[in-house]
Amino acid sequence: MRVADARAPRFGPDSPQHSMRLLDLWEGPGGLRGFLGTVDHKRIGIRYIVTAFIFLLVGGLEALLMRLQLAGPNHTLLTPEQYDELFSTHGITMIFLYASPVLSGFSNYLWPLLLGSRDMAFPRANALGYWIYLASGIFLYVGFLSGHGANDGWFNYVPYALKPYNPGLNQDFYSLGMVFLGIATTIGAANFMVTALRTRAPGMSIDRLPILVWGTLTANAANLIVVPAVSLAFLMLWMDRQFGTHFFDNSNGGQPLLWQHLFWLFGHPWVYAIVLPAMGMVSDGLPVFCRRPLVGYSLVAVATVATMILGFGVWVHHMFATGLPGLGMSFFSAASIVITLPSAVAVFAWLATIWYGRPVITTAFLFFASMILLFVIGGVSGFMTASVPVDWQLTDTYFVVAHLHYVLIGINVFPVVGAVYFWFPKMTGRLLDERLGRWNFWTMFIGFNLAFLPMHLTGLWGMPRRVYTYAPDMGWNTLNLITSIGSFVFALGILLLMVNVWRSLRRGALAGANPWDAPTLEWSIASPPPVYNFAVIPTVASRHPLWEGRLEGSESRSTVDQGLLLDHGKEMIGTTALDAVPDMILEMPEDTLIPLLLTLGVSACFVGLILQVWWVLVLGALVGAAALLGWLWPRRALREREPLHG
Amino acid sequence: MSTATPLAYLSAAGPRAGAIVPLTWFTLVVSILVCLIIGVLLWRGVRRGRAHASDVETRAVQITHGAPGIRWIRVGLLCSALPLLIALVWTMATLAAVSGPPQGAQLVLDVTGHQWWWEVTYSGAEPSQTFSTANEIHVPTRARVLVRLHGADVIHSFWVPKLTGKTDTIPGQTNLAWFEATAAGRYRGQCTEYCGAQHAHMGLEVVAESPGDFEHWRQLQLHPANEPTSAAQSRGRELVEFRCGLCHQVRGTSAGARSAPDLTHVAGRRTLAAGLLPNNPGTLSGWIENPQGFKPGTLMPNQGLTGQQLSDVVAYLETLR
Repeated sequence: MRVADARAPRFGPDSPQHSMRLLDLWEGPGGLRGFLGTVDHKRIGIRYIVTAFIFLLVGGLEALLMRLQLAGPNHTLLTPEQYDELFSTHGITMIFLYASPVLSGFSNYLWPLLLGSRDMAFPRANALGYWIYLASGIFLYVGFLSGHGANDGWFNYVPYALKPYNPGLNQDFYSLGMVFLGIATTIGAANFMVTALRTRAPGMSIDRLPILVWGTLTANAANLIVVPAVSLAFLMLWMDRQFGTHFFDNSNGGQPLLWQHLFWLFGHPWVYAIVLPAMGMVSDGLPVFCRRPLVGYSLVAVATVATMILGFGVWVHHMFATGLPGLGMSFFSAASIVITLPSAVAVFAWLATIWYGRPVITTAFLFFASMILLFVIGGVSGFMTASVPVDWQLTDTYFVVAHLHYVLIGINVFPVVGAVYFWFPKMTGRLLDERLGRWNFWTMFIGFNLAFLPMHLTGLWGMPRRVYTYAPDMGWNTLNLITSIGSFVFALGILLLMVNVWRSLRRGALAGANPWDAPTLEWSIASPPPVYNFAVIPTVASRHPLWEGRLEGSESRSTVDQGLLLDHGKEMIGTTALDAVPDMILEMPEDTLIPLLLTLGVSACFVGLILQVWWVLVLGALVGAAALLGWLWPRRALREREPLHG
Repeated sequence: MSTATPLAYLSAAGPRAGAIVPLTWFTLVVSILVCLIIGVLLWRGVRRGRAHASDVETRAVQITHGAPGIRWIRVGLLCSALPLLIALVWTMATLAAVSGPPQGAQLVLDVTGHQWWWEVTYSGAEPSQTFSTANEIHVPTRARVLVRLHGADVIHSFWVPKLTGKTDTIPGQTNLAWFEATAAGRYRGQCTEYCGAQHAHMGLEVVAESPGDFEHWRQLQLHPANEPTSAAQSRGRELVEFRCGLCHQVRGTSAGARSAPDLTHVAGRRTLAAGLLPNNPGTLSGWIENPQGFKPGTLMPNQGLTGQQLSDVVAYLETLR
């Protein structure tokens, strides 16, 4: 985005001519070139979601294989090496390639619509973020499919990850892949920050932001801070492996615990980063079906930020058994217990919203509402592990596996599937089938709890994590069989979702602009939205622009049918960070292949590094440099340089 | 000791693990109650205000401002804070009580985590009073045992749930754990930090016995290996010295390597291969012949002995009690 020259933007109503003009300005080229070069946040958002769901399915298949192996004692379906690569790749896939990108996808798609804007602040960086995410995902999977997948779990403790114990390419793929993926996360995070703070519709002051925006904003502020820690850690690991540095190698004065600190310094905030936006989906979606505003909006927003801030101070609870001093651990233990409180704010706000609302039971509502219970189950088990002595028993048993699946499936997958039911009509113009939706919900809900609720007991009975098999005399046989059955039922539920999406894409009922009678700006425009989103930029006067007049005691009136026209070029309005007062016109870039080219260059660099074929590295760097040069070359259309005199 | 769930930790057999059990139960019961309360509130909330027709359109239901409902958050926070505060204070008290190494430990052991077995060293005042064994830790009952934990290769975690929670064995640092067994018995332990291919088969066993029995066992362990008494055993010893001695030690013979379990009294141990197999001539023979079949990835290679050699080796090893 660039600041245009000083001129007062015109204000007025939409008209057919105006819409045609905007279409001309905003629509990029069609065909393959348009497909590869688009910078439209909606297309990029859907790409993120589709890609993330593909990874979810792949990670799910990996899980099913593991559940077959563990369905009974002493099974030999998988060799230890196969099992180890499977559980590692399953974790990496779900945590890094599904959970975070799927939320980025929804936020990418929804933010400009929620904010009354026409695109993300940096559309080309947005495209770059997606391409790099895709490329790094493929990179990691090339490792896995060629038999060099990560094999030390997603948190990858050293020294096992170091060369003497792990001589193959497995750890090189993982460490380089994570540095690679870190680029995408960082670009996305910076883009979200600026988009939320500077490109909102006039009048959408910071206290009128949807909670989803609060959640994603908070999560991405955290990402900007913590992703460097993990990228650094993986770079150091790779250097230890390739160049004989000794960051982690204790026989030469390195420190294995340094890895754990760097990793969890990132890892724990990351957990909040992949649940806070999903909690935001519930905070925004649930009230629509309860037919009333969210209870305690301000408290929920503050609690979102508070969770993240406290979340920076809890990482050591992953390290209670490493022999750290008791006094030091007690601080982290206390912080980990206290962090329950901001989560409780959200839970009671949701409960009160349902209690004092008039719930309409839709599939989306079922996913959002059931998430409250799953959230609490995942929360209380987290509270148990926060107590140092209790954690000495719980940690690294299946209790923790149960806990983290309640967090990741309960607080991420359930809201995300709810969000699919909720926003699919906006994205496609068609509703998902409600009857199939009920089957979908109940299969997933029952399958999930069947698989993971008994798993707490498996843990309390002492089954350690990450074992490829177990002896028949440990008391775990029945529980494991139940878990395996549950996991297949859950997988069936996911399959039903896919069937529903597939069928409804063609045959779903037409949705219209606002099928749920929801209050926020995205529902004020057609489904699917036109490429420019808003023909006129709305002016926002409350948190519920589309419910005004129907909520007793609300005097404010937003306007959505007239506003800033912004049709001199591909333009958006820039507003101030807190009050959203308009203060500049932004010129937006056209579709371009440069982000893809840059991604290809960077990918070649990583391929060169893994194969240690230096000319590929150099070639990639040259392509990347050329792409960057093209990207940064000042253009008149974007007001990046002064027009010639005349 | 055999129970249905040997690694369960909701009951304990010694003070260190015992101090944690009530706190675990407290947090567990609070957690279950919270889930039930929230579940009931959710269920009631959905039922009470729900629009009646089952397939009603969302837009058909009027928007209302509804009650502000902030009281729910206030009351909810207060109700949450109380058990949290109790858990916090109880946590700190338990941590203070059990974390530090005990004063005046009656027995000090060095336990080293290896891929994929446990080396246990009992140090005496003199070298002749020092010996090592593997995967089986004998201790006298009602004695405070201080365990110094070392990591030989990668990180492992020492865990005997009935006696003590987990402490990692980390290369380059010495961590301390302690435990005390109240009653005689055998207590299962397990490595709980992922450490590679055979992480699953890295068990150990604590054998708590009366002080008299323990002293008897200790004296036995201090003895060098028994001499062979038959021709087969002699041939077996030669093979053990020549082949097994590249990695294993048999005190009193020329097999003196220390990178694998000490075999001086191997026949006296209850299990083989870190808890994987019961120890009897049949399994021992099978294990020596094909360790990669039982424990794929283990650092012990398949031996490829002839049938005669194998039975000689087993005949000798069976004398090492």
